[in-house]
Amino acid sequence: MLFFLKNAKSAQLESALNAKQAEDGPGAWANLPEDQLFTPADFSEARAEATAYSNYSYWGSTLRSFLKNKFAVALLIALVAVVGFAFLQPHLPGQVDPNYCRVDPDTGIQLRNIAPGVDGFVWGSNAIGQDLWARIWAGTRTSLVIAFFVAMIEAVVGITVGVLWGYVRQLDFFFTELYNICDNIPSTIILILISYVASPSVPTLILGMSLTGWIAMARFIRNQILIIRDRDYNVASRCIGTPTFRIVLRNLLPYLVSVIMLRMALTVPAAIGSEVFVTYIGLGLSVETPSLGNLINDGRQVMMQAGLRYQLIYPTIILSFVTIAFYLIGNAFSDAADPKNHLQ
Amino acid sequence: MASYLARRIGHSILTLFIIVTLVFCLLRLMPVEGYFANYEKMTETQIQAGLQSMGLLDPLPVQIFRFWRDAFHGDLGVSHIYRVNVPVVDILKDKLPISIQMGVLAMIVSLVVGIPLGSVMGRFKHRLPDQIGTAIVILIQAVPAAVYYLYIQMYGTTALNIGLLFNADRWQYWVLPVFSMSLGNIAFYAMWLRRYMVDESNKDYVLLARAKGASENRIALRHIFRNAMVPLVQYIPSAFLNTVVGSIYIESLYSIPGMGGLLVTCVQRHDNTMVQGIVLLYACVGIIGLILGDLLMVLIDPRISLGKKEGGR
Repeated sequence: MLFFLKNAKSAQLESALNAKQAEDGPGAWANLPEDQLFTPADFSEARAEATAYSNYSYWGSTLRSFLKNKFAVALLIALVAVVGFAFLQPHLPGQVDPNYCRVDPDTGIQLRNIAPGVDGFVWGSNAIGQDLWARIWAGTRTSLVIAFFVAMIEAVVGITVGVLWGYVRQLDFFFTELYNICDNIPSTIILILISYVASPSVPTLILGMSLTGWIAMARFIRNQILIIRDRDYNVASRCIGTPTFRIVLRNLLPYLVSVIMLRMALTVPAAIGSEVFVTYIGLGLSVETPSLGNLINDGRQVMMQAGLRYQLIYPTIILSFVTIAFYLIGNAFSDAADPKNHLQ
Repeated sequence: MASYLARRIGHSILTLFIIVTLVFCLLRLMPVEGYFANYEKMTETQIQAGLQSMGLLDPLPVQIFRFWRDAFHGDLGVSHIYRVNVPVVDILKDKLPISIQMGVLAMIVSLVVGIPLGSVMGRFKHRLPDQIGTAIVILIQAVPAAVYYLYIQMYGTTALNIGLLFNADRWQYWVLPVFSMSLGNIAFYAMWLRRYMVDESNKDYVLLARAKGASENRIALRHIFRNAMVPLVQYIPSAFLNTVVGSIYIESLYSIPGMGGLLVTCVQRHDNTMVQGIVLLYACVGIIGLILGDLLMVLIDPRISLGKKEGGR
């Protein structure tokens, strides 16, 4: 909304400037007789005060340069559609429960390993007659929720610690030493350990993944803050008594938006991948909570039988689409959000 | 240099101490059935007696102290489920060589493939080889390793006409695991080498070389490539960690009798002392790898400031 108001304002100012130039700019000079053309101009207070108007707006430019990347825009639309459908799917008519085992009414046996498209199983059924269509969308939801929370926690903790670390000089020593110690710990080992000790559940996985993830984010924010904290505009803000939290919020963080968004977007594929990994080790969610991890793990057990490969292929297609889309959109957005790319 | 080295090693020892203490304390929270092979058949008094004899009912600080004392003597306790009453150290000793061989092979393959790939991409910037290479790199980086490993196994075993069970004596069985393990690092090296080559190609000495009439291939190989290789060294520690982590999944996937596969087995069978020992070993390997990588970086290029790192880990 603000963006449009700003555009309207700039159009108005531009037309005012054009009108001004027509009566008293190069257009008007062309008609002057030669003896008047080379006389000194009078001093005009109004014109001395005139300044050039720039209609640059950060978010407007970011949006415009993102929209220029047609491929990323198409991918973003597709991703929104897939994610939206995943969360909408249980509310659509005619959907079955992902844990419901369908039984053949004549024989009383579960409809096992039915091929895709047969008997109303859009993506086939698994080894105990559950509908893969329902399970895959339910799994996508679970995995996305995990990834979303991990990305949020990482961003909130990482930014808070990073800002404190970079801005408050007294804390620098403490955090740097802490970083030197924590950074040496392989994060996968921590994830395995947490999942091994705590019982497998969605919060456990989120905890295990975000326990180490914020370190890299904090480090990155800290380095950026160190670079810009003593620039002139920040010194000026401090001199006129701006409170610290306002300097951080208004002067420092907007500068880092592109970096933060990129890291958050890349956390999503990483978190989804970690979930698959942890499930394979045997520390993932139980099968009653379908996730892409345990679907892929179920598919893996039958992948050497060519006729049953669909049980591995469908979940991996959804997973790969989501991860690739997040990766590419994250990169495209961070390019677009980088003010260095805004010069036209 | 010496003070940096001392600080670096000091940090690592501190990290190791924290990890080990943490692992030890966390594993005390586990249900006690991980200490008995036939827990279901035991009576309450037998369990209490067993715990007493293992010293698990002592206060926690006493247990930690005893654990440290034993660990310094190379004793990590005995396995209780995986192989009953066999010392953990002995089990690990059998498993270590094949993991090391495989990891070293994977590191070599990733350098041998990744560096040429990256330099070709950098040489033909924004042209067809670069676009194909970038697509491959993005695919490898964006799709979780846990997924493409499965596809490599699924189609690779059919293509090479080999069974699922690993056989160390035949080379065909080494191809897929080593290739899978190196794939992530190939993309990693190629991506960074390309980026550094593109950065270097805007520098003045390249312009001078071009003005002298050197051919583009010569400029890329003799001038740009050499300078772009130097900062690449800082990614070797990260690549090493990637290999170590990848080995956990791959060894278990191809049933290779190594450390990674063992970790998965012991986690699934809830053998507490084995998990403790293996996690400790992995932490040590990771930390030592990072120290060596940092030292390598300092030795190769004294201009690189100590302690400054980029890239994910």
